[in-house]
Amino acid sequence: MTQPRESLLEVRGLRVEFEGRAAVDDVSFDIAPGEVLGLVGESGSGKSTLARALLRLVPAARGTVSFRGTDLLRCTGKALRRRRRDLQIVFQDPLASLDPRMSVGEILAEPLEIFEPALGAREQGARIAEMLERVGLAPQVAGRYPHEFSGGQCQRIGIARAMMPSPQLLLCDEPVSSLDVSIQGQIVNLLSDLQRDLGTAMLFISHNLAVVRHLSDRVMVMYAGRIVETAGVSELFAAPVHAYTRALLAAVPDLSTALCPPGEPLVYSYER
Amino acid sequence: MSATLWGGAAARLRANSAARAAIWVLAILVTLALAAPALNPNSVETLDWSRVAYAPGWSHAHWFGTDRLGRDLFVRTFEGARTSMAVGLVAGAVSLSLGLGFGAVAGYLGGRTDYLMMRIIEILSGLPLVFFVIFLTVIIGRNSYVLYASVVAVGWLTMARIVRGQTLSIRRREFIEAAVAGGASPVRIIWKHVVPNVLGPVAVYATLMVPQIILFESFLSFLGLGTQEPHASLGTLIAEGAGEMEAAPWILLAPGIFLALLLVSLNVLGDGLRDAFDVREPG
Amino acid sequence: MSALPATAASTAAAGPPPILRVEALDVRYALDGAVIAAVRAVSLQVAAGECLGIVGESGSGKSQMVLAWLGLLARNARIEGSVRFEEQELLGLPAAALNRIRGSKLSMVFQDPMSSLTPHVRIGVQLGEVLVHHAGATWSDAQRAALHMLERVRVPDARRRLREYPHELSGGMRQRVMIGMSLMCGPKLVIADEPTSALDVTVQAQILALLREVRAQSGLSVVLISHDLGVVASLAERIAVMYAGRVVESAPTLELLRAPRHPYTSLLIQCAPSLHGARLDRMPSVQGLPPNPLEPEIGCAFAPRCPRVSERCREERPPLMRIDGVAQVACHHPLAP
Repeated sequence: MTQPRESLLEVRGLRVEFEGRAAVDDVSFDIAPGEVLGLVGESGSGKSTLARALLRLVPAARGTVSFRGTDLLRCTGKALRRRRRDLQIVFQDPLASLDPRMSVGEILAEPLEIFEPALGAREQGARIAEMLERVGLAPQVAGRYPHEFSGGQCQRIGIARAMMPSPQLLLCDEPVSSLDVSIQGQIVNLLSDLQRDLGTAMLFISHNLAVVRHLSDRVMVMYAGRIVETAGVSELFAAPVHAYTRALLAAVPDLSTALCPPGEPLVYSYER
Repeated sequence: MSATLWGGAAARLRANSAARAAIWVLAILVTLALAAPALNPNSVETLDWSRVAYAPGWSHAHWFGTDRLGRDLFVRTFEGARTSMAVGLVAGAVSLSLGLGFGAVAGYLGGRTDYLMMRIIEILSGLPLVFFVIFLTVIIGRNSYVLYASVVAVGWLTMARIVRGQTLSIRRREFIEAAVAGGASPVRIIWKHVVPNVLGPVAVYATLMVPQIILFESFLSFLGLGTQEPHASLGTLIAEGAGEMEAAPWILLAPGIFLALLLVSLNVLGDGLRDAFDVREPG
Repeated sequence: MSALPATAASTAAAGPPPILRVEALDVRYALDGAVIAAVRAVSLQVAAGECLGIVGESGSGKSQMVLAWLGLLARNARIEGSVRFEEQELLGLPAAALNRIRGSKLSMVFQDPMSSLTPHVRIGVQLGEVLVHHAGATWSDAQRAALHMLERVRVPDARRRLREYPHELSGGMRQRVMIGMSLMCGPKLVIADEPTSALDVTVQAQILALLREVRAQSGLSVVLISHDLGVVASLAERIAVMYAGRVVESAPTLELLRAPRHPYTSLLIQCAPSLHGARLDRMPSVQGLPPNPLEPEIGCAFAPRCPRVSERCREERPPLMRIDGVAQVACHHPLAP
């Protein structure tokens, strides 16, 4: 598959060290504009560390992260903060990622105050109301506080905040893992809609293979800090190549297999 | 369940009967201290030679008696109270601001900055403060500014440590990470995210700091370094009274009781605030 | 196919009595003047040797219910009803008697082994303590038994592990130790509350396989609680679905999965992650929000979110009715099989 367009994000040889070992080891990949790249892995695979390293929330030991031509790892201070406008993140724990002392309106106003300080109060209010509607919340919630909302609603607020500066790339770090299964679909569909309507590219990180399968164009599988397999979503799930990928897929308790009397399930030992 | 977190804390505080009693006591003490001059015709400085070291009584409105120089103790006690409370409030506010700023910056920035700032605090903590105050008093002369500066010097160090500790505990929380990822500058993060989130515990310590400040001022005054004649503070009054304890015990009683009540109710209020803020936020 | 109210008497099976019998269990909390009902009039049974799965999401009351069985709720909980283990009433049992049962005949495996295991005590000691405390075993016997147990739960290099501390083990291994601890005294019933939720999916598969093996060896009864229908379905013979503090459906596993009667169950099945089948355009979900325990219950609790809702559902709460002998459902408009 050729990449005629310039990549939005080009990561080369990224290495993040943690307590002497490599949490992320020589990782390279590209994301094209508007593409959804899924990243699957279990705990300890380094996928969350990778996301944080891209955002300079943890220091990288080696490598380059080229976002629209600029290496984010070499930026500092004001220049770095300016670039953050186009690279936003949605966190795993929706309530924890919202400042408990700020109202929803204040939380959503912050990106505007940072990146569009010239905006008047009325314009700000209008943009906030518009975004709240877009994520499926009533504009009146702007006066309430995070702890008054359920997990799914908090995640909608988190998504609204991330989308306020109209980023070109959205990192989603396990955005639905702490939500009820019956609610996960709501949030995934919301992300899907936003992606389609606004053309935002996404790096969708999850250990939940079914969700990744639903949303992604391409999928990377990560294990022990390395990318072990990358493929288009249909290929990966239909014909996985790497042994770890196959173990991962086999381990998901599938109701369709529960319906037919099962043989002994595949058990791979990955205990440390 | 209340909408805001402060509202929730206020509700819990109201439910705490000890804290409510403390608030009442404080209100009464403050009102008395402010209203005393209006209540009693005697002035602070008038020396009533006819009633030197008079026991408390109704004649000439010497409700708390008089001291060795014939000055009315009722008025003097409450003037002392006003001085002490003013020092507590003003010096407390300044200590709080200094400590908050210093501690939040050190805690958030971390690394070399934090290291240097903490060493400064440690060095200052190690200095024998009383000798310093004596030194300053000798150089500058007896001056209420020296008093205030000394008292602030005591208060802000502890506050800075407390604020830094609180800041460290929230620095790694996800909403701070979210603010960084959102492009907020360190100044913005400290001002808009760190400070509002540490104010809860900080308010508690501030309430507990005020009695310490008042005590320290009383101590300095007791030593003769603080408030000077003819002005009174609770410390000077207690110093006077201590010398007259056998002959005229009432000279010590009024300021002593007032100081005790003030300190106890501030401490109880501080404890109540800590309990009120300690509960896990809903959600 | 008659629909009878499911009373305790009518569910009595011929043969050995159920090892656990819960009747009209109610758990409420008084908070700031409001009453929170965590569990509402739940009745169910576990037959000897059976594995019952309980599925529910946040607000379903499943964890509260199980904590009520074991007497582990906070002191301000108001509990009513009856919980009988081997025909002995557990509610209101004095602490000493309860402690003799808990950990020996009736044990529990929790979600997060890191917080359930004492961090500063070695694994071998924690395992041994159970036997010494409950069975009066000597220390050396207890240590031998601990070693056997670690081998039985397939912890590699068991002898070395006995001397290690919890934080030195991986999550999966800690959970194996927890399971081992719960089995030390040869219990009749093990209650596992989200035993695999904190684990990676590959480790989860191994733990479920272990539970399956243990059951096959000893004929143990198990109550398996999870929000994950797939986890429950892989182990349980019967499944009870809980919503807003009540049981809304209960049926043998295959029947529940093939022909769910309650709309919530049907939606849960659709939402369960599946790697096979076509990629759908919209991921299935249940609209609306999970139930708020503070709100009073008027009519069916699922009505605001149910695709089959009618006026009757909003006004009248559907009772749990027996259908087809072993299945129960609480719905005015159950799905046809």
